[in-house]
Amino acid sequence: MKASYLTIAIVVMHFALPPAAYAKLKVFACEPEWAALSQELGGDKVKVFSATTAFQDVHRIQARPSLIARARSADLLICTGAELESGWLPLLTRRAANKRIQNGQPGHFMAAEHVERLDVPAVVDRSMGDVHIAGNPHVHLSPQRILEIATRLSERLMLISPADKAFFKTRIDSFAQRWREAITTWEERALPLKGKTIVVHHKDWRYLSDWLKMDIVASLEPKPGLPPNAGHLAKLKQQLKQQPAAMILRAQYQDARASKWLSKNTGIPSVVLPYTVGGSDQAQDLFSLYDDTLTKMLNALP
Amino acid sequence: MNNNILRNYSRLTVSIFATALCTSHALADGKTTANPDISLILQAQYSDFKEDPENYELPGFMLGGEAGLDEAGFGLGHSELVISSNIDDLYFGRLTLALDEHDGETEVELEEGFIETLGLGAGITVKAGRFFSNTGYLNNQHAHMWDFIDAPLIYRGLFGNQLIDDGIQVRWLAPTDFFFQVGAEMGRGERFPASGAENDGRGTQAFFAEIGGDVGPSHSWQLGVSHWSADVLEREGGGHGHGHEEEGESEVASFSGTSDINAIDFVWKWAPNGNFKQKNLKFQFEYFVREEDGDIEMHGAEEEEESTYDGEQKGWYAQLTYQFTPNWRVGLRYDSVEVDNKGSDEEVLHEAGLDSEDHDPTRTSIMIDYAHSEFSLIRLQYNRDESSETSDDQIYLQYVMSLGAHGAHQF
Repeated sequence: MKASYLTIAIVVMHFALPPAAYAKLKVFACEPEWAALSQELGGDKVKVFSATTAFQDVHRIQARPSLIARARSADLLICTGAELESGWLPLLTRRAANKRIQNGQPGHFMAAEHVERLDVPAVVDRSMGDVHIAGNPHVHLSPQRILEIATRLSERLMLISPADKAFFKTRIDSFAQRWREAITTWEERALPLKGKTIVVHHKDWRYLSDWLKMDIVASLEPKPGLPPNAGHLAKLKQQLKQQPAAMILRAQYQDARASKWLSKNTGIPSVVLPYTVGGSDQAQDLFSLYDDTLTKMLNALP
Repeated sequence: MNNNILRNYSRLTVSIFATALCTSHALADGKTTANPDISLILQAQYSDFKEDPENYELPGFMLGGEAGLDEAGFGLGHSELVISSNIDDLYFGRLTLALDEHDGETEVELEEGFIETLGLGAGITVKAGRFFSNTGYLNNQHAHMWDFIDAPLIYRGLFGNQLIDDGIQVRWLAPTDFFFQVGAEMGRGERFPASGAENDGRGTQAFFAEIGGDVGPSHSWQLGVSHWSADVLEREGGGHGHGHEEEGESEVASFSGTSDINAIDFVWKWAPNGNFKQKNLKFQFEYFVREEDGDIEMHGAEEEEESTYDGEQKGWYAQLTYQFTPNWRVGLRYDSVEVDNKGSDEEVLHEAGLDSEDHDPTRTSIMIDYAHSEFSLIRLQYNRDESSETSDDQIYLQYVMSLGAHGAHQF
């Protein structure tokens, strides 16, 4: 008896709420960069929610109630993929009970899986740290890859909401043109950075350094995902005394102590970069994220 | 003629294989094959007790299931093999095998074996098979995910550590930005604490509701209520931590009747800016009341001994864990249990272990653990255990390691 009342209540509540079709397309983005890209491409036809902020390490997110609730009504899930969210995304999509965003559905979009990834390991063993078998997943700091992903994402939006096809076409064309122009400007601005060596906290700067032709000479993490320790830092100090680097980079969400200590002991400037949208006051969309990243790096040069 | 058939057959086989290969490629999304996720959990501990763990008792409860203490000294805990995967676009499946050592023999237990739907529509999920009940908060987490080595006292007393049943669960998630989920379960009720698989193998029911959300970027919480009930036929107090074995008798207490549990659970987590890696704090509280009505019989007694039974057992625990660096975490837990059991024959209740002996069990635990990476953990725990009149000091040193597929970050 109890159960049948419950069923009635469920059915009534379900139909009492407006169906998703009349509303804006709901986008659930795992990271702020994809939230920003969805907003660029979807304009006012989309309502975007970002599951994480620039202040959070996305490896360590939990499938918490607020995220499950948001994923429940999403029409499109956009995440990095390539195992970056493997600790929480599979559980989240299962618990969200939403067919539209399940693996294999049009509403399941994994950005990094649409582009070529760097550092795809031939062999993976956990003794190497938290290495992703699909390669380095932090692809959003490669502007060319952003453009490729934007094209694929726009196609996906058109597939999910064919009625707005023309609108999405205008958005992607406009974005692609502005983005290409921006790349030219950024590459000119970034010339002084070419060939410079950098020390990074985690390997999330791999694509940025690849684009700007900079060399990563060391990581503060002894192995990917393992926090910096005193022994490893002492070794880095020795290494950098002999072969100095231009700067030490860390993302807003990473612990400051290791890079500050190394900077103090080697005299190499430590730079905090926004890493993603919202990671600094200046980085409020994808364009300003790149602008600000370059500004902060250029300012660190002598 | 025969050759022809053979050739056709082999062509068919080839095409089936080709199709299978194509399918596995099409399904692969970041993974190179469609193989299931396999993970292995390795656990072991060193335990030290002031009192003999064989004599452990929790007055007012007929202990069963996995209740009771580990043996002193070195010991292997639960080793677990977990295999899971999406079955197709509609179902997910998981099997968990637990390997245990009991009295020198290795036992394999099928801890979980269930399928679950992946988005049936309308926010409904159906789960079927053997699974952890959604009653309470801690119950549906694997023991190796717990923050302490042992179960809260009330879990030990009511469930024999954990409530697992064979059956079906249906849950509904509201299409709102605010998390609201309700669900119901129906189970066979053969395992402790139900027993007897009454009503033609539909012996247990459960209902649960959960709400939750965030407060700013740094705080998140969840509140749940649940109700579990069973028709119990001949539940025997047993397991490997027997309640009472006085006077060398081989009598076993058996309960038949109705059992009703009401529970409330609350979890609150804090991490600066929601960044769990560096620092986080977790507070967890659960409260359970069980009311039972029926009869107790002493099996194996020389004369027939029985009593009516009207039991009320309630208990709560609260715990706080603080991860203060990416590697280190400390925790504090307090357990409290209260029993008010009545029956027509006090003597029978006493023999069954259902007599509270005018003692309200409590326990205080502290722990510190070190995680070198997300996949390994070493924990030191101390309990001041006042489950019975004789208080006990318990020390555990434990490791929990996981190999293979990345475990899920449950809230």
